[in-house]
Amino acid sequence: MTVLAVIEHDRGAMTGASLGVMTAARNLAKQMGTKFEAVTIGENADRLSETISNFGATTVHQAHNPMLIDYGPEAWGESLAQVARKTSPTVVIGTGTERGHEVVAQAAARLDLPAAMNCIEFDKNFDGTQPLNVTRTRWGGSLLEQAAIDAPIKLVTLANHVVEPQEELGSTPATVSTIDVQLDDSVAQSFVQDRVERVAGVTLATSPVVVSGGRGVGSAEAFAPLEELASLLNGVVGCSRAVTNNGWRNHTDQVGQTGTRIAPDIYIACGISGAIQHWVGAMASKNILAINTDAQANIVTKAGYAVIGDLHKVVPAISAEIRRRRGK
Amino acid sequence: MNILVCVKRVPAPGARINITADGQQVDTAFLGFTVSPHEECAVEQAVQLIEKHGGDVTVLTLGPIEAEEQLRTAVSTGATKAVLIPIDTTDWDPQRTAEAIAKVVAELETANGKYDLVLFGNESADSCGYQVGIRTALKLGRPIVNGAKGLEIENGAAKIRRESDAGVEIYKLAMPACVGVKEGINLPRYPTMKGRLASKKVAIARSKTEATTGGLKLITLQRPPERVSNTVILGNGPEAAPAVVDLLEELGILK
Repeated sequence: MTVLAVIEHDRGAMTGASLGVMTAARNLAKQMGTKFEAVTIGENADRLSETISNFGATTVHQAHNPMLIDYGPEAWGESLAQVARKTSPTVVIGTGTERGHEVVAQAAARLDLPAAMNCIEFDKNFDGTQPLNVTRTRWGGSLLEQAAIDAPIKLVTLANHVVEPQEELGSTPATVSTIDVQLDDSVAQSFVQDRVERVAGVTLATSPVVVSGGRGVGSAEAFAPLEELASLLNGVVGCSRAVTNNGWRNHTDQVGQTGTRIAPDIYIACGISGAIQHWVGAMASKNILAINTDAQANIVTKAGYAVIGDLHKVVPAISAEIRRRRGK
Repeated sequence: MNILVCVKRVPAPGARINITADGQQVDTAFLGFTVSPHEECAVEQAVQLIEKHGGDVTVLTLGPIEAEEQLRTAVSTGATKAVLIPIDTTDWDPQRTAEAIAKVVAELETANGKYDLVLFGNESADSCGYQVGIRTALKLGRPIVNGAKGLEIENGAAKIRRESDAGVEIYKLAMPACVGVKEGINLPRYPTMKGRLASKKVAIARSKTEATTGGLKLITLQRPPERVSNTVILGNGPEAAPAVVDLLEELGILK
């Protein structure tokens, strides 16, 4: 009986989400009175075993095959499936990220076993002998589902940012075990073939200030005052799905369930009603200021701060006030 | 080329999602329904591809009879054929869904020839399972990449563009292949008058099938704890600007 953490990495560099997964795997293993192990895929991830050891894993399974140089969803999924077959873990926990969901789904399909994505909690009474009850998110987090996974190996992903990573050294360093996985041509196609690295700079996902507009802005041109305010605050402009659907802005600016999830220091939401789809993308913001004509708008009732009024007048007034104070 | 797009009928919630008394479903008494957003974009992408390369777009859904509405919506925006896999509930678990879809796709292909591409949404808007496309592709014996923010045909292969923290990744799959599409790959068109007429006339094929129940079982749905916020109203209209700037200074945002 073990809990297996699937380490997500990009060409040997561990992603932050893996740290939460290791912490969750260790906590669950303790509760079950058993060991937590980890799996890394590809030789270039062998060097991660020290970090994994620092989180208290007893064994690191290193899946090796000459094909495993870059990321490939099918090769990674098949590798994980083979490691799971060989080591028979009770629970397998992957990262709640694009790659994590993809690899766990691939492995689950290959093992013909169920999988539950974006879990936020595991049954506190789970001891490994019964179906695993989990709480997972639906609707991008607007709804929670209690579900039972009835399978010899329970495959899940852990919703990102739910478990705070905590190191905890085991009594002895993790044992390293190499598993040579067998991969054939059927998984050879879907590797990353080429990439374009992002130019460093502030993105919607990382900007500490986001000034966002919704349907109430009215047109593409009417975003100019929002651009101005964002620039005065060294921030970026975001928008709601209504805006992208109207073609006023690119989808790259969209905050929401099917857009970007953000967590800025302040989110200034102008003319946005705050429908579920939008709210789940913005709710992690540290502060929210809503500017809206409707004092009953969903976003106004959920925001920490609000100005009731027409954004077309309020936003330029804020920019003017900032310039006035700076001019002093 | 022949493209199959798998879509899901989902409720279109506004500011709040309510749950039925038995905790098993979203209360849709006052809600409309829509095609799940990623899949709406998958339909649009398929239509753009056949506009460029010629061919047919078939749209398929597993759902209640009412899901014909979503198939007709897809036809009104350019899909040419529609297939419903009727079930008695709102949805099936992911394993059962994938098994049923794979069976029906195999039947359709025996009758009409292979689909060069089978498209899915990256995940459904409601259950967010992230797996039906992957499971179906494996059963069909075809490669699949999820998260497509770009999809074009280049030298007979599907070229997929996908975003990551580090930038953009390119994948190439020989066809027949499957692709999980994400919103943002395009801006779906509105139905045209011609499309609306076609959607009324289109014959929706029904392929009833059985499949084995999988191992993931819904126990109950619940709403997350309500976020209570005692909103501080900084003022009304442009006169509130000084209070807003005070706040920005206080929060250390304006230095």
